[in-house]
Amino acid sequence: MKYLPLLWAQLFRKKARTILTVLSVVVAFLLFGLLEAVQMAFESGADSADAKRLLTIARYSIIEPLPMSYAPRLERVPGVVAVAWADWFGARYQNESNAFPVFAVDPARYLDMYPEFEIAPAQRDAFVKTRTGAVAGRRLAERYGWKVGQKLPIASEIHTRTDGSLDWEFDLVGIIDAEDPAVRGNTDMVLVNVAYFDEARQFGRGKTGWYIIRVADAEQARRIAAEIDQMFMNSPDETKTQPEKEFAVGFAKQIGDLGALVTRILIAVFFTILILTGNTMAQAIRERIPELAILKTVGFSDRAVTALVLGEALLLIAIGGALGMTAAVALMPSLNEATGGRFPPLYVAPTTWLLAAGLVAALGLAVGLPPALRVNWLRIVDGLAGHR
Amino acid sequence: MSALVEVRDVTKTYRRGGETIEVLHGIDLDIPRGDFVALMGPSGSGKTTLLNLIGGLDAPNSGSITVDGQRIERLSSGALARWRAANVGFVFQFYSLLPVLSAQKNVELPLLLTSLSAAERRRRAEIALTLVGLRDRARHKPKELSGGQEQRVAIARAIVSDPTLLVCDEPTGDLDRATAHEIMTLLSMLNRDHGKPIVMVTHDPKAAEYAQRRFELDKGLLV
Repeated sequence: MKYLPLLWAQLFRKKARTILTVLSVVVAFLLFGLLEAVQMAFESGADSADAKRLLTIARYSIIEPLPMSYAPRLERVPGVVAVAWADWFGARYQNESNAFPVFAVDPARYLDMYPEFEIAPAQRDAFVKTRTGAVAGRRLAERYGWKVGQKLPIASEIHTRTDGSLDWEFDLVGIIDAEDPAVRGNTDMVLVNVAYFDEARQFGRGKTGWYIIRVADAEQARRIAAEIDQMFMNSPDETKTQPEKEFAVGFAKQIGDLGALVTRILIAVFFTILILTGNTMAQAIRERIPELAILKTVGFSDRAVTALVLGEALLLIAIGGALGMTAAVALMPSLNEATGGRFPPLYVAPTTWLLAAGLVAALGLAVGLPPALRVNWLRIVDGLAGHR
Repeated sequence: MSALVEVRDVTKTYRRGGETIEVLHGIDLDIPRGDFVALMGPSGSGKTTLLNLIGGLDAPNSGSITVDGQRIERLSSGALARWRAANVGFVFQFYSLLPVLSAQKNVELPLLLTSLSAAERRRRAEIALTLVGLRDRARHKPKELSGGQEQRVAIARAIVSDPTLLVCDEPTGDLDRATAHEIMTLLSMLNRDHGKPIVMVTHDPKAAEYAQRRFELDKGLLV
């Protein structure tokens, strides 16, 4: 710690140069924080997936429905402990632009299947008991100003009622939420009671979109998935069963391999920073060779002076990194507001902070090591020659 | 009583391009404790090289250098750095202060290598600055000081850790006559009143007059 004032003073020897260099590092880490948040948001479905949950969809396309009569057969498969189902309702609220996911579900089975969704016990009971009941994600409810107890008029994109109308009305009986930001993104939806929906729709009765299956042992998930698909092989409604995580990853990749894209952008950004900062650092040390020779003269060892130079590089990157990440965190609320909840919540995860710390260390070493080694090998008499 | 500095049959060569240049040829020199010695000679005579060897800034190719009983040419790089920190104070022609630090912090620099507390480092630096007459300039950066004041700060830095030996390379080379006189008076006071042995390189006969003894070097030999 006693060397910190010395490091600090050396770092800000040329204020304008240091500030500009720090700013370039700030921008790089700001970009890093934002892109990681976007990637996290896209992958939140996969990250929050439960290894004990399987998804069964129609073999050739998720838009093909499966018979509800499969449920008891699925429950009898050895290793299966619970079965729930959901159907895509698709919805608009008031106008075309207010679109969000709505799923028709068996309330008790579905909420038991996803214990990470938080709902007040009384609201859960109401959802189970109310045939026209619906629950909404907190962010969605806040966006549209919905209150528990109100009627929820929504239009389906697909399902007509028996009278041919696409307009439906449900009773909003509860709000679902989640503490974990990664899970909260998955609550941006409305769940409606399938009992009423199935009875009131014009077509597709007795069918559902997909099954969610909980198994007792995650190690047995693949065997059970294969067994389920085998069971329905050669039937009119063949199935494809896979772990929830694989399904979520595959779904996210339909948009594009965001992870690879983000990685490539960040490699380009940090490579540029490495070159820029490395050059600045090398120049700053080159200018100070006689001063560093003086430090050695008064008794600083080769190792101590090398550590000072490395420390200076690390301090420079750490300041920029910390400011950049802080700026990314500060921007999250306004970005989340700007997306209007149509996008999973953006947040800087602890793992992103850890990655940033790793990047600071790696970048600091890469930038500081060449000049530090030069100083390490510097002969005092050669260094002092610059002062004579 | 043995001499403080004993230089025995020291040679030093440098390689420049493909050529080997012998700068010192078998130098023998004794500097008694408490002495104030001036090394003089024309440019290229090897006086600064000899000073660097005595101060542990460079190593001889052959021969031995003993300072206060310690064979310094045998020390490793790290041990030599520790030895310099504890035993030698350096004063150079161009002051060699760190421009980003105040006078006080420049003087404290060698004390960073000790286990002294921040308060004790500050106190000792203040004493050293008081001794060179610059207590009131402690917070000034080098660029805010005159050449003579900068050299006084450099002298304060050299004495702050109470070294065994002061090594001065052309301490008045960049100063006008009056300021040079002040600096030499200060060095003489440190030698006379505080018993600090001084080895000084100078080409200035006026400065050399302050020394008790003078040695002439020419073409790498003591003459």
